[in-house]
Amino acid sequence: MTRDSNRALLSVEGLGISFGGLKAVHDVSFTVQPGEIVSVIGPNGAGKTTLFNMISGIYQPGLGKVRLAGEDVTGIEPHLLAQRGMSRTFQNLQIFQSMTVLENAVTGYHLAERGPVLADLLGLASSRRRARASDEGARKLLARVGLERAAEREAGNLSYGSLKRLEIARALALNPKILLLDEPAAGCNAVETEEIDLLIAEVAASGVAILLVEHDMKMVMRISSHIVVLDHGEKIAEGEPATVSQNPAVIAAYLGAEEPEAVTC
Amino acid sequence: MSELLQFLFSGVTVGAVYALVALGFTIIYNASDVVNFAQGEFVMLGGMITWFAHAAGLPLPLAALIAIAATAALGVAMNKLAIEPARGAPVVSLIIITIGASIFIQGAAQLVFDKQIHSFPAFSGDDPIRIGGATILPQSLWVIGGALATFVGLWVFFTRTLLGRAVLATSNNRLAAQLVGINTNFVMTLSFALSAGIGALAGVLATPITLTSYGVGIGFALKGFAGAMLGGMGNPKGALVGGFAIGLIEAMTAGYLSSQYKDAAAFIMILLVLFFMPQGLFGRKSTDRV
Repeated sequence: MTRDSNRALLSVEGLGISFGGLKAVHDVSFTVQPGEIVSVIGPNGAGKTTLFNMISGIYQPGLGKVRLAGEDVTGIEPHLLAQRGMSRTFQNLQIFQSMTVLENAVTGYHLAERGPVLADLLGLASSRRRARASDEGARKLLARVGLERAAEREAGNLSYGSLKRLEIARALALNPKILLLDEPAAGCNAVETEEIDLLIAEVAASGVAILLVEHDMKMVMRISSHIVVLDHGEKIAEGEPATVSQNPAVIAAYLGAEEPEAVTC
Repeated sequence: MSELLQFLFSGVTVGAVYALVALGFTIIYNASDVVNFAQGEFVMLGGMITWFAHAAGLPLPLAALIAIAATAALGVAMNKLAIEPARGAPVVSLIIITIGASIFIQGAAQLVFDKQIHSFPAFSGDDPIRIGGATILPQSLWVIGGALATFVGLWVFFTRTLLGRAVLATSNNRLAAQLVGINTNFVMTLSFALSAGIGALAGVLATPITLTSYGVGIGFALKGFAGAMLGGMGNPKGALVGGFAIGLIEAMTAGYLSSQYKDAAAFIMILLVLFFMPQGLFGRKSTDRV
């Protein structure tokens, strides 16, 4: 795929943040185009999750800009980003623990389901129709991530791997233009990882831009169309998987660390 | 027997007021984990503003509506001016802020209104209704009806409406709620408006029986808090049951022991609940996982 910054859906420009004098992320720029899978990799503590948190409005960036479809969205709140088509998952999960799996997925349709409160209070047909559409959509998504049989179970009782997939399902319910996935395969076995692979590829093929942080290098090399490498908060390389994996700076960053972080899933 | 019935009537009446206060606690607690100790001041304002507007010549229903709306607006202002700027602070700090707000509102009420005790006419007259040898005031029925109607209204709002479910989602996991597009700041604002409005309603309904003055808030706050704790903080059903229970315990203590110990009853209940049943009657178990 040819990369043309004019087509960028998400563009990150010189993003940086410091925590008490420590530059956690410094001057990072890259773009993501529709239908592309861009992975951010780097050793532990390289600033990947911090970068994600700045892009998704959890942290206020100290420097730089984030543009979504050309609009400056730097540091705006997560719910506003959700309205503009950005959706994300968390490495350590953000699930509604005491709701059922289905209810969790239904919350993803919050924006789509919005309507007059009065119609809800009166139980009007329009309100019931909206609720039914959310319910049906949520069930389809659960089937897509293989959780349809757990629909009525309380989310807090699910395994970590299942919750990961539930979070992806909920993120997809927002019908996002760009999906940020923070270590989607962590805690999953080989079969589940492959399923998540397929799911991500499928979502990307439908035109959604994907930005991924992942430790499983095999997965990253297999599915990414473009890779951004961070080390000590700075971008040290960027390019197609084949080029990046040959890059001396990247190899040094990984071998310099004790372990190439092959967290096999 | 008629004595017991009489104590029951007065317990249920005052319990309905506590239940309304406890419901107010519950709503803000659910949205933010904050126990709002200014909740009692909302009750005071409901009574005082109604009295003031009524004394100024407005018809009672209109005065009551104005009091509820003005108090709800004040709740929103409190959230915007005192709570939201401190967002991210530990919950304990926020609770202390609400105590500060409570003292401020009390002081302001003293200046804006006065230090006298006030009341306004009961809605349906003062002729007691006789039931089985005991009597109950028509205004008591208004209070009890108001508590039950508020509970049902809240139940419908939280279970049937998308907005209500957004509030529940926010209480369950604030960040996850933001991720699906819920404006959690608006949820907070709404919660303060609702809580303050319900508090004011309690004041409007109770004042013809209990009278009002600038300082009545703290008593209502502590009794309502006891009710909410007994029922299980955060559970609306618990707030309703807990509020009525505190009212009944208080009335029985006053009736069979001494009215001097009436106020102690609620506080002994708080201690007992904290020692033996910190989750309360209907409280959810804390099962947060990492």
